[in-house]
Amino acid sequence: MSDQLPASSFNLQCPIPISDYPVITLAHGGGGRLTQMLIDRLFVPAFGPQPGGGHDGAMLTLPSPATTGGDQGEFRLAFSTDSFVVSPRFFPGGDIGSLAVHGTVNDLAMCGARPLALSVAFILEEGLSMDELWRIVRSLSRAAQDTGVSVVTGDTKVVERGKGDGLYINTSGIGVIPPGIAIAPSRARPSDLVLINGPIAQHGIAIMSVREGLAFETTIESDSAPLYDLVSGVLAAAGEQVHVLRDPTRGGLSSTLNEIAVQAKVGIHLNESSIPINEEVRGACEILGLDPLYVANEGKCLVIVAREAGERVLAALRSHPLGRESAIIGEVVADHPGRVVMRSRIGGQRIVDMLSGEQLPRIC
Amino acid sequence: MRFVDEYRNEADARKFLAAIERTVTRPWTIMEICGGQTHTLIKSGIDRMLPPDITLVHGPGCPVCVTPLELIDKAIAIAHRPEVILTSFGDMLRVPGSATDLLGVRAQGGDVRMVYSPLDAVKLAEKHPDRQVVFFAVGFETTAPGNAMAVYQAQQLGLSNFSILCSHVLVPPAMEAILGAPDNQVQGFLAAGHVCTVMGYWEYDPIAAQYRVPIVVTGFEPLDLLQGIYMTIQALEEGRWGVENQYARLVTRAGNLPAQRLLSQVFEVCDRGWRGIGTIPHSGYRLRPEFAAFDAEQRFGVEDVRAEESPLCIAGQILRGLKKPHECSAFGHQCTPEHPLGAPMVSSEGACAAYYSYGRAE
Repeated sequence: MSDQLPASSFNLQCPIPISDYPVITLAHGGGGRLTQMLIDRLFVPAFGPQPGGGHDGAMLTLPSPATTGGDQGEFRLAFSTDSFVVSPRFFPGGDIGSLAVHGTVNDLAMCGARPLALSVAFILEEGLSMDELWRIVRSLSRAAQDTGVSVVTGDTKVVERGKGDGLYINTSGIGVIPPGIAIAPSRARPSDLVLINGPIAQHGIAIMSVREGLAFETTIESDSAPLYDLVSGVLAAAGEQVHVLRDPTRGGLSSTLNEIAVQAKVGIHLNESSIPINEEVRGACEILGLDPLYVANEGKCLVIVAREAGERVLAALRSHPLGRESAIIGEVVADHPGRVVMRSRIGGQRIVDMLSGEQLPRIC
Repeated sequence: MRFVDEYRNEADARKFLAAIERTVTRPWTIMEICGGQTHTLIKSGIDRMLPPDITLVHGPGCPVCVTPLELIDKAIAIAHRPEVILTSFGDMLRVPGSATDLLGVRAQGGDVRMVYSPLDAVKLAEKHPDRQVVFFAVGFETTAPGNAMAVYQAQQLGLSNFSILCSHVLVPPAMEAILGAPDNQVQGFLAAGHVCTVMGYWEYDPIAAQYRVPIVVTGFEPLDLLQGIYMTIQALEEGRWGVENQYARLVTRAGNLPAQRLLSQVFEVCDRGWRGIGTIPHSGYRLRPEFAAFDAEQRFGVEDVRAEESPLCIAGQILRGLKKPHECSAFGHQCTPEHPLGAPMVSSEGACAAYYSYGRAE
């Protein structure tokens, strides 16, 4: 357990030079390069590296309790936390309550873990309507039931009017990692295949379609969904040949793939025309000048598997209701380690970089 | 997706590339005017698929990039005022002023909001009669009609709490400034299709004739650009000059006449400073005297704000096509999208950001 203690000694000086960023900007929470900088240069020096290494959740190896027989050795837990501040709180395809369950259980699922239990903490702003809170709590409870996870502990705080945006939710979750599963971003190997379980960028565009000042008419719904059931099918089909699982949430597909490329010291090659995307989402991105590769997902799972297991995993994904439109979108290569390169629709090549700051709609 | 996929088709792209390769016999330098075109070229990899004899240089057609530093500082000064709601298109918010950017002002408590249309800013002014709503009106002829309409509507509604910080620029004078410079290397132009949807392309005839250059009005999809390049190369190889229209599905010779009428009703042509280039005569719009009440510079007394640009930033040479972004000593080191020294690294249309994001650093 000693490797979980802070790696560096106590440091009085802030490791991010104040002159660079005297205050937090929204981009520090955008899931791109500045978020990564905050983690690498401020949180990791303070808390030490995550057990299991830069993943959606921590993997903890615990000695088996004596009651289970002692000589079985150890068992593994996944532990993750996430906070939910989405605005508006109700959006096409979901709401902050269901999202608070899906976000955390998916982080556990990406460790290969079966979600067991959740904590839920509410920060409520004075004046929030009781009816709205009840709708959110019911939605959260239904999402937990559908996922087979129990809400076992919680907390409530109320802040003065004007000190919070109505309601924030934090959930933390634990799950058990079955034996024979070895998921880690660093396990991506050259020749592995990269798969995704369906069309990208739906959540981000659904949220944008109902934001004040931008509202546009669309039938696009968030893809927010619990992914463990889908993941368990993938693990049953390919076991240890499943090398990496990640859900490309904030920062989108490109930020997640860049993180994997850096952590595994490999290159990733994508094929633009293989990446599933819904026509309406593509249209919205074209109009707003957004790159769908950087738009958030909440029900998508990137699967990196040994090449020989690729077709088996694709079949497993497609047999699940959340994976009907799954596709092989690229491969892991030994060239250009740390970089993601994409073949464009017309056959050219470009580097797909990590998002820096927020993605802002263009002038024209 | 219809009307998009047709213009991103690999088989047709190969045909154009082959035709370009057959046609070109010696080195040519072509400038694409618009930042949106620069991005398509680099995002789809066209810059690396063309024969090595063709050099593309990236023109000044990114509104964010050419907006002078002192105008950003003026916007920042206005945004700091407690009574003001400063509204802007998204990508202006991250452009560095002398000390901070507009997102920085927001982080410090300023009321800075992103809008998708200047008319939304007018609505905001109606909704908040106790606040001053300012719209940061930048852009070329493409965005000018919308901004003119916002001012016109505010006048019709009798709004006294709406104004614009105006920094409109015009394409043809910038092309003349580039062609007339002694160190000019540009031999042909891909004119900015969207600008021409508004203005038509009759303005370019005298330029093509005076400087004996081919100018091809070009769209923004990969196949548009390949066809525009092909048409330009054909003209260059045959020694022809003049204006041709690749983007005929949207652009007519006369342009959008109602939009042009509105522009001349609200704006008048003036000299305008361009970031990194300096002042170009008759290269911008300002509000006509009868709309002076909507001029934020006058309303908030920021006419005298002055600013010095970073000596490291070579944006001016990049915007005139004299240097490529990666030839700048600060590129990727002192100047990155997180820490831009100049606007071309900020805007998604900026040449430096395009080079950085799509891996043209090496």
